[in-house]
Amino acid sequence: MDINRRNFFKVVGVTGVALAAGKKLKASSEVESDQVEFYGILYDSVKCHGCGGCEIDCADANGLPYPEDSPEVGVVRKTSEIQRCVVNAIETSKGEVFVRSQCMNCNDPACGAACLTQAMHKTKEGPVIWREDKCMGCRYCMVSCPFDMPRFEYGSTNPVIQKCNMCYDLIQEGETPACVYNCPWDALKFGTRRELLAEARKRIVENPDQYVDHIYGEHEAGGTGWLYLSPVPFNELKMKTDLQNSSYPALTKGFISAIAPVDILLPALLLGVHEATKARNKNQEDEQ
Amino acid sequence: MISITTTMKNGELKTYTNRYKYLINELKPKGKIFTPFNIISVPIMLLGIYLIYIRFTQGIGSITNLSQEFPWGIWIAFDVVTGVAFAGGAYVLVFMVHILNLKKYKPIARITVLNGFLAYLFYSCALLLDLGRPMQIFNVIIGNNYGVSSVLFLVGWHFLLYMLALLIEFSPAVAEWLHAPKLRKILSALTLGAVIFGITLSVLHQSGIGALFLMAKDKIHPLWYNSYLPLMFVVSSIYAGISLIVFEGSISQKVFSNQLNKENHVQHNNIIIGLARIATMVMFAYLVMTVITLVHEKNWVYLSTGMGYWYLLEVLGFVLLPMFLFFYGAGRKNILIIKIASIMTLIGILMNRLNVSMIGFKWDVANHYIPSWKELVVTLTIIFIEVWVFRWIVRRMPVLRKSPDWV
Repeated sequence: MDINRRNFFKVVGVTGVALAAGKKLKASSEVESDQVEFYGILYDSVKCHGCGGCEIDCADANGLPYPEDSPEVGVVRKTSEIQRCVVNAIETSKGEVFVRSQCMNCNDPACGAACLTQAMHKTKEGPVIWREDKCMGCRYCMVSCPFDMPRFEYGSTNPVIQKCNMCYDLIQEGETPACVYNCPWDALKFGTRRELLAEARKRIVENPDQYVDHIYGEHEAGGTGWLYLSPVPFNELKMKTDLQNSSYPALTKGFISAIAPVDILLPALLLGVHEATKARNKNQEDEQ
Repeated sequence: MISITTTMKNGELKTYTNRYKYLINELKPKGKIFTPFNIISVPIMLLGIYLIYIRFTQGIGSITNLSQEFPWGIWIAFDVVTGVAFAGGAYVLVFMVHILNLKKYKPIARITVLNGFLAYLFYSCALLLDLGRPMQIFNVIIGNNYGVSSVLFLVGWHFLLYMLALLIEFSPAVAEWLHAPKLRKILSALTLGAVIFGITLSVLHQSGIGALFLMAKDKIHPLWYNSYLPLMFVVSSIYAGISLIVFEGSISQKVFSNQLNKENHVQHNNIIIGLARIATMVMFAYLVMTVITLVHEKNWVYLSTGMGYWYLLEVLGFVLLPMFLFFYGAGRKNILIIKIASIMTLIGILMNRLNVSMIGFKWDVANHYIPSWKELVVTLTIIFIEVWVFRWIVRRMPVLRKSPDWV
């Protein structure tokens, strides 16, 4: 029975992978030396002057064309398949404020859980990277991402996904992401997420008039690699403030964990019902 | 020495003693060439194939209205999300025939399984068109890049294996057509296993398609998003499948009437009445679930908005009303009313699936995605090719007509 065997192997395979993954998780909490803290980037919109220099540095670092426009009040610019980050100017209750927008590099990214080929991958250093050799272009990451950040080349026959990966190549070499390195206003800060959260809290405590008491990205979507400070509430910056604080992959966990039991128990149940009805039909035929 | 008797185009019987001569004759066209369906479908298919060529040479954006905001369009929303629900009849019917041993439904088992198999086959083709990098699909099948925490990965695998199960379930008909008794014996022995795993795989991928949208929590209109989406999808796939059996059956009974005798027609009416009873009950269960989710998630506040009226039209007009029509039609043994109910139910399913995956997806964003005519032509092309293949098989293999005498 071909289907039978295939399915069996699949279940065994999935179980095996799950067991292996489980072991790994357990091991990593015991062996401290293997552990790397997630890196992140702190963006302080109080310090940002909206020069748009980081957009150019980003384009340079990733081989993308330079942006042709610059931040302007009333114009909502969006990241695209040729631009990984944008800075927008927004008129708020405290005057003109600049806000940056790019992939947030979530702690537990929806795109990573959505991806069926592991092309979207949360690295142990923190950046969420996209791997060209694995992606099949289904765009389920785009459907799932709560921040709507993966961008797809619709005009290409071999399209790629563009999004911020915090210059993962540079991080691996021990360097700083391009936008952080070049920012003349000190509005961007690179470090471990723990350090950045401490720094952000310090800035809020020391300058309570300048900052709202909220670090965007600390809890949003289960925590993100990019962290934001703002002089005004984040909804004024048109950022998504209705996101859940638990991670998005948690929404599918119930379903995923139900699959293996159903795959194993339902066939047995169906076979049982089949045997029972067969016996009943036979009895009826015998009586006739 | 074998002896194969077959009906010629002009209605005469011809007996072959050579299997190859028989098969070569079988491959020739068997019906009229200039039928209204052919005259309409051929130009659309040619245009569709040209558009598919454009898509593969200039990218997905060249013929679709997809954008960064709307990554999934009508190809996913209709061909896959809706189409899979429509094809649910295959697992419902084999459950009744092979697991519950309800012999009454056996005459329509083969055509339903064939329908299901072709639907899955062609919807997978539609899916390939939608993939930006289709060659990488092998990563999921043979590669070591198993994204086991992905709902789409599990849907994909269950989808693929289910296609295999359907092929095995249908394969005895192919063996009968080839006049290969030994092969038929082997393939028939596989049926029960294929049925059992097929049903299991169906329950999981039907619900899995609902689960695909669980992470799009903030993007789908709250009237259509709820944490019970997987359950709602699997329950509605049962009556969607039944409705398609009734609808497709009423067409097949006319188009392929030469394959059937009078006894079949009487039998078919009894089957339809039975299916209508089942559909009534399942739709009632679905409506109860709908009301519970509406109350549970406190979504009634949205009912007085534009989207709320649209939702009420779907639930009251195309679930509740056809449920009553199924009930009434089954009670009065009125086949026409049951057929009308089945068409309304299919419209209701279409509305529901499009509302979850397309219309209700970012319903509040300006410049909402609307499919381009090119996307619709490609969708029609896929449906037409499927109908052509379906017709080709039904005219040759014992799908509607009786199996040959040697079985």
